[in-house]
Amino acid sequence: MEYFFQQFINGITLGGVYALFALGYTMVYGIIQLINFAHGEFFAAGGYVGVIVLSFLGAHGYMGTHPWLCLAFSLVLTMGYCAMLAMAVEKIAYKPLRRSTRLSVLLSALGMSIFLQNGLMLTQGVYDKAYPTAFVQGGLDIGGVRISIMQLLILGLTAVLLFILNALVFRTRIGKAMRATAQDKVMSALVGINSNRIISLTFAIGAGLAAAAGIMVGLYYGAVRYDMGFVPGVKAFAAAVLGGIGNITGAMLGGFIIGMVEIMAAAYVPHGGEYKDVFAFIILIAVLYFMPTGIMGENVDDTRV
Amino acid sequence: MTRESRRAWLTFAVALGWFFLLLWPLTGIKADGSLTFDQTLAIFWRVAAAAAVLVVFWRLKRKGSFDGAGRGLATARAALARGISVVPAWIWWILLAAGALSYPLLTNRYGQDVAVTVLVYICLGLGLNVVVGLAGLLDLGYIAFYGVGAYTYALLSVNYGLSFWLCLPLAAALAAIAGCIIGYPTLRMRGDYLAIVTLGFGEIVRIILNNWMELTNGPKGIISIPPPSIYVPELEPTLHFVPFELRKITYAYYVILGLAVFTVVAVHRLNFSRIGRAWEAIREDETAAELMGVNTFLLKLLAYAMGAVFGGLAGAFYAARYRFVNPDPFTFIESAMVLAMVVLGGLGSIPGIILGALALIALPEVFRGFELYRMLAFGGAMTVMMLVRPAGLIPAKRMGQRSEERD
Amino acid sequence: MAEPILEMQGVTAHYGRIQALKGISLKVFPGEIVTIIGANGAGKSTTLMTICGIVRATAGEVRYRGEVISSQSPDVLPARGLIQVPEGRRIFPRLTVSENLDMGAFFRKDEDGIRRDRDLVFELFPVLKERRRQPGGTLSGGEQQMLAIGRAIMGRPTVLLLDEPSLGLAPLIVQQIFRIVKSISEENKTTIVLVEQNANLALNLASRGYVLETGSVVLEDDARALLENPDIRKAYLGE
Repeated sequence: MEYFFQQFINGITLGGVYALFALGYTMVYGIIQLINFAHGEFFAAGGYVGVIVLSFLGAHGYMGTHPWLCLAFSLVLTMGYCAMLAMAVEKIAYKPLRRSTRLSVLLSALGMSIFLQNGLMLTQGVYDKAYPTAFVQGGLDIGGVRISIMQLLILGLTAVLLFILNALVFRTRIGKAMRATAQDKVMSALVGINSNRIISLTFAIGAGLAAAAGIMVGLYYGAVRYDMGFVPGVKAFAAAVLGGIGNITGAMLGGFIIGMVEIMAAAYVPHGGEYKDVFAFIILIAVLYFMPTGIMGENVDDTRV
Repeated sequence: MTRESRRAWLTFAVALGWFFLLLWPLTGIKADGSLTFDQTLAIFWRVAAAAAVLVVFWRLKRKGSFDGAGRGLATARAALARGISVVPAWIWWILLAAGALSYPLLTNRYGQDVAVTVLVYICLGLGLNVVVGLAGLLDLGYIAFYGVGAYTYALLSVNYGLSFWLCLPLAAALAAIAGCIIGYPTLRMRGDYLAIVTLGFGEIVRIILNNWMELTNGPKGIISIPPPSIYVPELEPTLHFVPFELRKITYAYYVILGLAVFTVVAVHRLNFSRIGRAWEAIREDETAAELMGVNTFLLKLLAYAMGAVFGGLAGAFYAARYRFVNPDPFTFIESAMVLAMVVLGGLGSIPGIILGALALIALPEVFRGFELYRMLAFGGAMTVMMLVRPAGLIPAKRMGQRSEERD
Repeated sequence: MAEPILEMQGVTAHYGRIQALKGISLKVFPGEIVTIIGANGAGKSTTLMTICGIVRATAGEVRYRGEVISSQSPDVLPARGLIQVPEGRRIFPRLTVSENLDMGAFFRKDEDGIRRDRDLVFELFPVLKERRRQPGGTLSGGEQQMLAIGRAIMGRPTVLLLDEPSLGLAPLIVQQIFRIVKSISEENKTTIVLVEQNANLALNLASRGYVLETGSVVLEDDARALLENPDIRKAYLGE
C-alpha cells in the first residue's frame, strides 16, 4: 500500500509537468488549429536557459546563499525567454501561412522544430547538461511514503502556475479575448480584437509554461538534453488530446492522467519500465479512436478554448 | 527612402535585435560566471549580413528591378524546353537509362555509395507519396515500414536462410500488413490527428524493436545478414549453377536501381489508374468521393498498404546492403526527412520527389564541411520552402486542397 | 445636406477569382437609416464586410468620417464607432451572455460607462439578463439576435451596420427587434445601415434605400419611392 502511495505521488509530480507542457499545445491548437511541433523545443530551451542562468548564479556563489531566490529569478527569466522565442517562431513560420493549407503549416512547424532542436545542439553540445540540485535534496516521510522537496517544489509551482493561468483565461479581459478569438476570428475582429496580437500572446503564454516545465524536468532528472522535448512532447500532446484538444481544464486533467498512467504502468505492468513510453501513445490512439473529442470535449468541431 | 521601405528596415532592425536577445543567453552566459559576446557576435554578424542581403534583394524585387531578368530567364527556359522537345522523348529515355546503367563504371566507390542512398530514398519518398501525395493522408511514422522490411529480411535470412529474392515479396507483404494495422484505427481521424497518431505508431515500432530482446536482439541489432545472391552458370566440368553473392557496392547499386525503377513505374501506374483517381478524389473532397460511391475506408487502407509496400522493399534492401540492422536508423527524424523530400520536390509529382531526394541527400554530401549544420539547414529549408513555394520544386499537375482545409 | 459619414466609391472585391462587388458606390449621412436590399448572393453581406475591412477592397475607396479606411486593419474600426452585427449573428458560443456583452465593449476602458450600458442592454432585452450566465451558444435564434445587437450597443456605435437581423426569426420577434433598432436610431442619433432580404420591413423603417444586383447598385432612392416602384414591388416585395 505504501508502495502504491509512493507511486501515486510520483505520478502526480510527473503529471504536473505534463499538464504544464500540454497547455501550450492545447491553447495553440484551440486558437489556430495547429499542432505546434516546435512546442517541445520551447520546453527544451526552457530547460537549457534555466540551467545556464542557475550555473551563472552558482559561479558567483549566489546558489549557496540564496538558492530559492536564484531559482525564482531563473524561472522568470527563462519563461520570458521562451515567450520571446515562441513569438519569434510564430511570426516567422506560422503567421505568413495563416491562409495556407493545414499541411503547409504543419510542415513549417516541423521544420521549425528540427531547426530549433539543432540550434540548441549546436550551441549547447550533444551531451547532457547537469542541473545544480543540491538545494532540493531531502524530503519528508509521511507514514513510509517519501515526498522529496523536489516533488513538493514541482507540485507547488505547478499549482501556482495553473491557478494563475486559470485566472488569466477565465477572469481577465485579455483571457476573454483569447477565448473569443479561438471561437470566431472574424467576429473578434469586428469587436475590435487584434487577433494577431492575441495569437502571439497565446504562443508566449504556452511557451512560458513549457519553459517552467523544462526547468522542473531538469531539476527532477538532474540534467537536460537538446532532444529532450520530443518524447515528452508527444506525451503532452496525448494529454491535450485526452482532455479534449483546445480545452484548458481538459489539458490539465489529461496531463495528470498521462503522468499517473505512465508511473503506474512502469510500477505494476511486467516489462512496464521498458515500454513506459508506449503507454502514452496507446492512450492517445485509443482516445482518438473511441472518443475523439476527449474527456472534456463537447462537440467534434467545437472543442476549442 | 519611401515610407514603405523605412518600415521594412525598421522591422528588419527589430527582428535582428530580437534575434540577438534570443541568441545571447545560449552563447554568451558561461557556467564559470563570465559573460562574453565574442561567440554571439560571430554568429550574429553573419546572420545579420545574410539577412540584410535578403532584405535588399526582396525590396528590389518588390520594386520590379528584376523584371527584366525574370523575362530573360523565362525566354531562356522556353528556348530550352523547345530544344528538348526537338529530340524525341524516347532518345532522352535511352540516354537516361544508359547513364543510370553505366554510372558505376564512371564513378568511384564513394559516388556509388551516395547514389545507392539516393535511390533508397527515392523508393521511400515515392512510397510515402502514395499516402501523402495521392491519398492526402499525412503520415509521420512512415519509417516504421522501412524498419519492418529491414527486420523481415534480417530475421528470415539469419534464422531460416531464406534468400533475398524470396524475402523481398515477404518484406513487402509484412510491411503492407503493418500498414493495415496502423491504418485501421487511424483512418477515421482528421488530418492533423492522423499526423500525431502515425508519429506515435512509428515510435511504438522503434520502442518494440529496441526492447523485444528475444526477437530483435535490442539495440545491439542483428549482424552478418547475407547479401543478395544469384546463381551464375559455370561450364566446368559440366554446365551447372553456383551461387554468387552480390557483395560489391556496384551490384548493390544495380539491385536498388531495379527496385527504384520498379517503384517509379508502379507509382506512375497507380497514379493514373482507377484507384489513383479514387485516391485523388478522396484527397480533394472525401465526402463527395464517398457520395460518388468510392469506398473511402477501403481505399485509404489500400493507400497505407501500398505505400508501406515500397517502404518494406527499400527496408529489405537496406538490411542486405549493410548486412546489419539495429533500431537506430528508424527514428522520427528519418520520417521527417522522407516527408521533407516529398514536400520539397512537390507532393504527388514523381520527378519532383526524385529531385527532392537528390537535393536532400546529394547536396549535403557536396557540402561535407558543413556536416554539423546539415539538420539545422534542413529544418530551416523546410519552413522556408513552405513560405515561398509550398507546392514544391516541380509541382504535380493535378493538385488541389482537401475540402476540410477550405474555410 | 451635411457631409456623408460613410461613403463607398467604386469599391470592388473578390473571393479568389470571383468578383463579388463590381464597383459599389454609396453614401450614408449622419443619423439616417439606410437600407441595402437585394436577392441572395447580390453582395449585400460582402458590402458590409468590405466596409469593415474583413473583405479587402481590390479597388475603390471606403471613407468613414472623411478618412479612407479601406487599407486599415479591421480591428481598429469598432473603437472609432463603426460596428457591425454580422450575418448569422456570430455569438461567441462558449462565452456566457454577459461575457459576450463584455466583448462588445472590448476596446473601452471606462468601467462605469460599460456597466451603465450593460444595464441599458438588460433593460432593452430583459431575457438576456435572465440568461446572463448561460453560454451564448445555448440561446434561441431570437435571443442570439438580441444578444448580437446588445453586444453592438456595448460599443456605443456611431454607425451601426446590421446584416439581416430578421433572418430565421418568428414575425413577432422580428417586430420587437425592428422596434428596438428604431429606438436606437432615434434616441442615440446612431446612423444605421440595414441589410435585409425582407424588403418591405426594411423600406418601412429606412429613409433611403439601395438595391443591389449581382455586385452592383442598380437603384437608389428614398425608401418611400422604392416602396412604390413597380419593379421593386415585383422583384422584392412579392407582387
